[in-house]
Amino acid sequence: MNEAQRTIDAIWRIESPRVIAGVARMVRDVGIAEELAQDALVTALETWPRDGVPNNPGAWLMTAAKHRAIDHLRRGKRVERKHDEIAKTEPAPERPKIEDVIDDDVGDDLLRLVFTACHPVLSLEARVALTLRLLCGLTTAEIARAFLSSEPTIAQRIVRAKRTLSEAHVPFEVPRGAEREARLSSVLAVIYLVFNEGYSATAGDDWMRPALCEDALRLGRMLAQLAPDEPEVHGLVALMELQASRIGARTTLTGEPILLADQNRGRWDRLLIGRGLAALARAIQLGGSHGPYALQAAIAACHARAPTADDTDWARIVELYGELAQVTPSPIIELNRAVAVAMAQGPAAGLALVDALRDEPVLAHYHLLYGVRGDLLIKLGRLDEARRELERAAELTNNARERKLLLERAASCRS
Amino acid sequence: MRFMILIKASKDSEAGIPPSKELFEQMAKYNEQLVKAGVMLAGEGLHPSSKGARVEFAGDKRTVVDGPFTETKELVAGFWILQVKSKEEAIEWVKRIPNPDGAHGEVEIRQIFELSDFQTMTPELEKRFEALREQTEGSPKPV
Repeated sequence: MNEAQRTIDAIWRIESPRVIAGVARMVRDVGIAEELAQDALVTALETWPRDGVPNNPGAWLMTAAKHRAIDHLRRGKRVERKHDEIAKTEPAPERPKIEDVIDDDVGDDLLRLVFTACHPVLSLEARVALTLRLLCGLTTAEIARAFLSSEPTIAQRIVRAKRTLSEAHVPFEVPRGAEREARLSSVLAVIYLVFNEGYSATAGDDWMRPALCEDALRLGRMLAQLAPDEPEVHGLVALMELQASRIGARTTLTGEPILLADQNRGRWDRLLIGRGLAALARAIQLGGSHGPYALQAAIAACHARAPTADDTDWARIVELYGELAQVTPSPIIELNRAVAVAMAQGPAAGLALVDALRDEPVLAHYHLLYGVRGDLLIKLGRLDEARRELERAAELTNNARERKLLLERAASCRS
Repeated sequence: MRFMILIKASKDSEAGIPPSKELFEQMAKYNEQLVKAGVMLAGEGLHPSSKGARVEFAGDKRTVVDGPFTETKELVAGFWILQVKSKEEAIEWVKRIPNPDGAHGEVEIRQIFELSDFQTMTPELEKRFEALREQTEGSPKPV
């Protein structure tokens, strides 16, 4: 890529969500909107390297894309009347009225775009791919790389997702009333899935892919501005900021994982901790202290506030996990609560809780059940049992770095 | 990746003359755009250097020099920390900083070190780093 292309690429990253959202409001179809926006980008790629980048590239792209939208609407004869109305107010791309386009508040359109990309009519993986494409401006190749998938697979997934939205006549709107809450949790789940895929990669050779964490954070911060009154949006942002604050401390310089208790807290990112605590305060202030994301953020905040691992308020963490288990009952949360109980009340108390979870079908192949059990058995001096558990955990994880760490700990039980 | 965007001082900023109402309003709007796009992590303006000081190092010797400092163009008057996808994106945001008063000046873009910048480190260096860490932090605790 030459310099002009890299510049256009950067501009696209900044502007594409706004442009797609603005055009989608006109054509009422995010698939067509993205194609029209892409057409505008192609024109930019042809003309900007030759004529120079315009002073206001965002307005240029928006105007060019909207112009194409008018042509598109014109082709659909049904809306001919409507197009006349729109055409009168639309500036030509050659002479863009920059102020009009730049002051055009696309906030609501962006929010509509978020809700549409995360619509439950789509599979979760389709929502993720479409969100990264439409709202983070990632290319198909970038999404494929992030999820260790092939480019054709992702391209196919995106095409199908757009078709599904179109065929299901999913309206381009922000849901209201009772539907809003369920739809918002779908949006938050997609963002958190992207974050987690970056934070603890479920497969592959790297334990983390920080670029995905950054994409998710950017999206979350954006959403917090678009829906500032939703406590769980701030709860999710708080959770991601606080977890991301540990990214620099949770691996060795060669990429091996370091456990929370062993992390050098001097390397925790104070800027992100501050942002996370502020977002958590905002969630609580909006009455969201019992939301699942706010509760997880509150747990992360307990760690962030502790100057050393020994200072951690484990009793409070036990309480928070208890509350979280009530709001969203899950064996994985129970497992985490067991770890907290072990820290607050000793390994025997924790092990009793873990043992109670051994028959949970959900956890039967969950490597961390065995990992946690192994850790607690080490603390209780039951090394033979611990080794077997850690080896089982190593067998079950798909992550190469994590497997290595587990096998090392298993081997250390032999001495 | 993160960049620190450094706004250089001007005669006015060093003299403590507040920005024009127009600049102030446009800056507020610009900051809002950065926040809405989810790229701004922090941003602050700095008092004139007359309110600051320098500590000069010469071996074991420390000399405190009070402001103001004369080399206006080299001084920093404010900064942003942006999290973006590329240097080009940082440049693109910086180009959009409003300049309604037609001032002449310079804004510097510097990348902030991240973990991944160190991952080319050899295992040997890694060991030395960990040894240093143990000295400063005490031995790593068992899990």
